[in-house]
Amino acid sequence: MRMDLIIVGVGGQGILLASRVMGRLAMNAGRDVKVSEVHGMSQRGGDVITHVRIAEAVQSPLIEEGKADAMIAFERMEAVRALPYLKKGGLIVVNTQKIAPAPVLAGAAEYPEGLLDALESAGELLALDAQHIAKKLKAPRAVNIILLGAFARRRGGDQAAWLEAVSACVPPRTVEANLSAFLAGWEAAVQ
Amino acid sequence: MEKALLLGDEAIARGAWEAGCRVVSSYPGTPSTEVTEAIAAYKEINAEWAPNEKVSLEVAFGAAMAGARAMACMKHVGLNVAADPLFTAAYTGVRAGLVVVVADDPAMFSSQNEQDSRYYARSAHVPILEPSDSQECKDFTALAFALSEQYDTPVLVRLTTRIAHARSLVTLGERLDRPVPAWEKEPQKYVMMPGNARRRHPIVEQREKKLAEDASEMEINRIEMRDTTLGVVCASVCYPYVREAAPDASVFKLGMTYPLPETALRAFAAKVERLIVIEELEPFMEDSLKAMGLPAAGKAETGLQGELGVRKVRRALFGGETRLIAAPPQVLPRPPALCPGCPHRAVFNILRKQKLNVFGDIGCYTLGATPPLNAMDATLCMGASIGMAFGAEKAQGKAFSRKSVAVIGDSTFLHSGVTALIDAVYNSGTITVLILDNRITGMTGHQENPASGRDIYGSPAPMLDLAALCQACGVKHVRTADPYDQKALDAAVGEEVSREAVSVIVVKWPCILLEKEHPAPYHVEGCKACGVCMRLGCPAIGSGADRTVQINPNTCVGCGLCASVCPFGCMKLLERGEHA
Ligand SMILES: Cc1ncc(C[n+]2csc(CCOP(=O)(O)OP(=O)(O)O)c2C)c(N)n1
Repeated sequence: MRMDLIIVGVGGQGILLASRVMGRLAMNAGRDVKVSEVHGMSQRGGDVITHVRIAEAVQSPLIEEGKADAMIAFERMEAVRALPYLKKGGLIVVNTQKIAPAPVLAGAAEYPEGLLDALESAGELLALDAQHIAKKLKAPRAVNIILLGAFARRRGGDQAAWLEAVSACVPPRTVEANLSAFLAGWEAAVQ
Repeated sequence: MEKALLLGDEAIARGAWEAGCRVVSSYPGTPSTEVTEAIAAYKEINAEWAPNEKVSLEVAFGAAMAGARAMACMKHVGLNVAADPLFTAAYTGVRAGLVVVVADDPAMFSSQNEQDSRYYARSAHVPILEPSDSQECKDFTALAFALSEQYDTPVLVRLTTRIAHARSLVTLGERLDRPVPAWEKEPQKYVMMPGNARRRHPIVEQREKKLAEDASEMEINRIEMRDTTLGVVCASVCYPYVREAAPDASVFKLGMTYPLPETALRAFAAKVERLIVIEELEPFMEDSLKAMGLPAAGKAETGLQGELGVRKVRRALFGGETRLIAAPPQVLPRPPALCPGCPHRAVFNILRKQKLNVFGDIGCYTLGATPPLNAMDATLCMGASIGMAFGAEKAQGKAFSRKSVAVIGDSTFLHSGVTALIDAVYNSGTITVLILDNRITGMTGHQENPASGRDIYGSPAPMLDLAALCQACGVKHVRTADPYDQKALDAAVGEEVSREAVSVIVVKWPCILLEKEHPAPYHVEGCKACGVCMRLGCPAIGSGADRTVQINPNTCVGCGLCASVCPFGCMKLLERGEHA
């Protein structure tokens, strides 16, 4: 396993858990891994980007622009914001949710159109409404794990290894709910 | 051996624990906060949040002088506050190891400036270590304690955001238990008055010479000889950037960036054709190499601002393509904002309404400066709001204070605001101070403080009474206010600002993120599109193309501020469960 992955979204969406699962997966596979996180000021509703690097030996904790193999985006405009990191044709797993930024809330701008088209032409796009799936599962906070499930399947991952990594990273009481969320994401990746 | 995927900060904590550290005193500050949060989980270490960095270093120093390995952690600007004890602790030395962790923030992800802490090492004459990943964070912390004792000096460990907040694999070890020796008096070493300090200063100088000599033999200063056409000197997060950008180059990786290993650097420089220093922020190492007469370069290419990365390093080393990929044009900015239901917003609503001059401070409430609130005229550093307001009064006259306030958070007031309040009372000021008491240190991620009633472990602690403290400072007019009683707050601010005396309003409401249960959200009926509620800048309120507003039931916490400003009474509480 060798992968440079960008995970993006809006502060408070549960990105840190997603990157923790990736880290665990890499560790369990005996790989080197570095994860660069955003804490502090930038989390107060701002855009958040996490870099996950898995390889035989990882140097820089940051992925160079234009070199990421894949991206998981928790919000569609954040996916487009992070495109400069993605290599040509890279995998994009995006939650189609729109979260209005301040200029839109203030009525000073419209939430941009055509974002999914921009993603489509930049890479291999898998767009899903993870929020809707989470609602159906009655697990509104599981958007992050659902997206991981979809990503895992698209990457041709070993499901058992992923389930083990998810179990190790979530609170013991929520293991079952999170595993169902992961599998729901896995299913959603077929279409 | 067991491995863990740790943040740099967590690895520092682990290193301190393994090294037998017993006392840690810190003040929070991004990106250093998680060191001490992780320390609190080790039961062998006595951890605390101090009211500020100066106190934290003094407590750690006291412990080290009394024979226990001790550590103080802070962000870069925190070391300015703790600089006073640091400079003289450099003279006294220590009995047990004393380590000061300082975290710089190139690119200012969460900071008000981009200062470079390495200069403190040089001017205080203490060594500074700079780890390049989490494993080194752990190893260098243990080494820092050993060096501290071996050379009888405090030791700085410097992180940057990309080291502090990056996870990488760490091999865990056991704790080394070091008993605390009996107390010993040694006034000539520890009472720093001129006579004693004059005897200590030459010792400081000798120690530094010895360290500089020994540095060339230290394992953490390592030469990787490869192609000799290019030799790069680097440390910290720049090392992995350089290795990735120039895998074939020869590299001098420094673990200790002050004092520098001059002998080894000279030998390295003699072997390479081109000598480049790659470092973020200031040309700290480059200037030193130039002072040694070595033909170093690099800063002209890397610049003084922001952070580096593989791409920038490659460009600095090899030139060539410099175009950065532009973010697609349709993407809108997403600036941070006060949370829905944040009590600070209720205060800024009144300050803006009364068109006051606002001397602000550092904390979540600094976001009161952002649009649409735009309710702040200055922020400088922690605690400065009160001094600035008083200084402006001295410049503009007392009438100026009849339309001005200082605004400061609870943690920030106790950090360094209270001394400025004492100044204003003592020197006949007439300013008005609003202490925004949300009962927590919010900005840095909810650390307890002396006014929150709990210690770092969450155990009950004496709760400092902010109003009583202000009275004890001599403020005659102290009152408390509820931010959500907007009428009363409006009146209170009006009265206190017009009063020709120092006055304090303690505005009390807990940080909304501390509340698990919220009232039901509001919704809008018959909006007249007047736009008044939009001026609150609440992320739960959005306006459409026709200027009528909606409230997002998923993010609204029912604080009711919008209802209290709506001139037409359109904001209605939803019954619980009414929205899906
Ligand atoms: C000298 C210094 N130390 C630490 C910090 C980091 N810091 C920024 S804001 C803040 C605390 C703010 O807490 P409080 O005043 O209670 O306001 P709140 O964020 O809760 O509104 C801290 C510790 C800093 N900027 N400067």
